[in-house]
Amino acid sequence: MLFFSYFKELVGKEVTVELKNDLAIRGTLHSVDQYLNIKLENTRVVDQVKYPHMLSVKNCFIRGSVVRYVQLPPDGVDIEILHDATRREARGD
Amino acid sequence: MASTSLEPLVDQTISVITNDGRNIVGVLKGFDQATNLILDESHERVYSTKVGVEPIVLGLYIIRGDNIAVVGELDEELDASLDLTSLRAHPLKPVQH
Repeated sequence: MLFFSYFKELVGKEVTVELKNDLAIRGTLHSVDQYLNIKLENTRVVDQVKYPHMLSVKNCFIRGSVVRYVQLPPDGVDIEILHDATRREARGD
Repeated sequence: MASTSLEPLVDQTISVITNDGRNIVGVLKGFDQATNLILDESHERVYSTKVGVEPIVLGLYIIRGDNIAVVGELDEELDASLDLTSLRAHPLKPVQH
């Protein structure tokens, strides 16, 4: 639930999503859901020469189960708040 | 927040990348919670380094959600401007969990 809420805060920001098939897609975060499925807008594949498979796709839905990493904008992370929230969740408050 | 549902893509042409690295293009007719998809008039686009992209007609297809990586909204104008017969690339790698 914590990361769902966290990703909701990042809507509108530019992120790079790296998938478990090594494809990396950059775009504006449009929405996330409870499964951490992600919708991106104005997408481009990071290495378009190696991966021309999505050249005509500008908006996409990425299934949460295939996401390896989400690269965030530095200003989108408040480490103190995340620390506190994860500790609270670990304690079970 | 805007919704992550696939509802806005119904009756539109979409490009699906599956976990085994295939690329299937078709018209989205239905979907559910688990991202199971129903595609109509679908075809697979087979990428290779030897020849251009080869389309293989599949017709009406159901893809199980488990096996789906990406669902992209296909910009038809952009797609028509691509010369797929001269596009060469390695097929996508399968998803490794």
